Amino acid sequence: MNNKQLDSIIDKYHDQPGGLIGLLEETQGLLGYLPEYVLRAISEKTGRPLADVYGVATFYRAFSLKPRGRHLALICLGTACHVRGAPRIVEEFEKHLGVKAGETTKDKEFTVETVNCLGACALGPTVVVDGRYYSHVSRRKVREIIAQTKRGQETGDPAADRRLVPMEASCPACGQSLMDGKHPTEGRPSISLEFLSDGGGGRLHLSSLYGSPVAEWEPAPPPSSPVSAVVLCCPHCGKEFESRSLCAECGADMALLRIHGGFHLEICTVPACRGRLLSLIPTPAEKRT
Amino acid sequence: MIQLTINGLSTSVEEGSTILEAARFLGFPIPTLCHLDGLTPSGNCRLCVVEIGEGERARLVSSCTYRAEPGLKVRTSSERVVKARRMIIELLLASCPQSKVIQDLASAHGVRRQRFRQEYEDCILCGRCVRMCEEQMMAKAIGFRGRGERRSIGTPFDVQSDVCRLCGGCLYVCPACQLRCTYTEPEKAVCGGCANIAPPCIEKEQFSDLMCYMDPCVACEIQKDQ
Ligand code: FES
Ligand code: FES
Repeated sequence: MNNKQLDSIIDKYHDQPGGLIGLLEETQGLLGYLPEYVLRAISEKTGRPLADVYGVATFYRAFSLKPRGRHLALICLGTACHVRGAPRIVEEFEKHLGVKAGETTKDKEFTVETVNCLGACALGPTVVVDGRYYSHVSRRKVREIIAQTKRGQETGDPAADRRLVPMEASCPACGQSLMDGKHPTEGRPSISLEFLSDGGGGRLHLSSLYGSPVAEWEPAPPPSSPVSAVVLCCPHCGKEFESRSLCAECGADMALLRIHGGFHLEICTVPACRGRLLSLIPTPAEKRT
Repeated sequence: MIQLTINGLSTSVEEGSTILEAARFLGFPIPTLCHLDGLTPSGNCRLCVVEIGEGERARLVSSCTYRAEPGLKVRTSSERVVKARRMIIELLLASCPQSKVIQDLASAHGVRRQRFRQEYEDCILCGRCVRMCEEQMMAKAIGFRGRGERRSIGTPFDVQSDVCRLCGGCLYVCPACQLRCTYTEPEKAVCGGCANIAPPCIEKEQFSDLMCYMDPCVACEIQKDQ
């Protein structure tokens, strides 16, 4: 990373209170980790004491001061996963890769780290490799996960891919299922929604596998909308999906769908944005009247 | 002015003062460890617990950080407080038994034993040194690092800090620290207090124990034992 890049990131966060975390996040996004010289440069340029910058960078598990490998395996050791045998999963990873948790293999392929709860306790033991969630991981599955990661995440048959969590979505307003068997994506019924934009409307088919980026627009959204949000509504009752939060990636409204099992899924309303959020916290109870 | 009652005595204190200040004003002793006049209170050690409220709603709070409220009823040595305090001291003893300050606290409060796994930590993470460095010495050369079990205090990257002036303030205010003295690795030194005055430890051969101003120096005592 050159100084200009760092400067522009610093400028972006400079006058935000609490901007340090965003600043470190973005820097790490560029470099993969936070080298000492960068932390020193950040402290110098922002005028924050180095002890503060270092304190924040070491406090959060998401930051790494050591170079990480090409693939990052996060193994959950939170309470729920722990009681379901996560320590043995860690052991298994350590055995197969020949490194200890927190270390990177010699060939710089894999970094194994442990985290304390990924917020998906019901699916535990949970492992995340390169952003993909693997649920109910057993010792046997570990070898498979490693092999699969090495082969590349995108190859292979997604329907048989047990790393992906299948979801059943319904409309929070009318309660009807949004699953569309007539338009399968990745071998499973898709989640089908209606969209409206300046240039007309159509259907949006989302993959029902959480973690999959597949989204098919029918017809393709008008050229203006990659940047502007569209309106997403239920094909049955026609109600626009409520927005409870803003997309972490682009700041647009997120549409809230109900997921079978008392969860909810939020998807970004900007077509070009991949922002999706599966929340395994039970859906806030419907407003009682 | 705010009216409150401490151990049945009513008093009034200025707005913004803490329970600790109010109690000290009345002369009720409350033991403290991480609190130091001149530094912002941080509520790290919990030794200064007092009980507030009444009946069911009574609860323990750290008096060094709790601001006086109108009508507050405070008890500084109820049974519950004394019990909690002794437990805290016991836990401190479990982690840092060699500290003179903690030993004195234990004896003053009649704590004679310690029922937990014995550790020999050289830091109880009270944060006095961090606040001293930042607030009084305007340096912020040391800070908290990591989290949870791995939380520690030190300089960034564990190398001598550019902004440290070797004032020794951190060592001076530390209730536990005789062992944190890094005389064995001078290049990593956090404080250098001893090197500033007379370096009894660093050039140990040429000095007798008697010349050490830390009396007794725990670092030396431990070496002697081994
Ligand atoms: S404990 Fe593993 S996801 Fe919560
Ligand atoms: S003195 Fe109040 S918490 Fe330490």
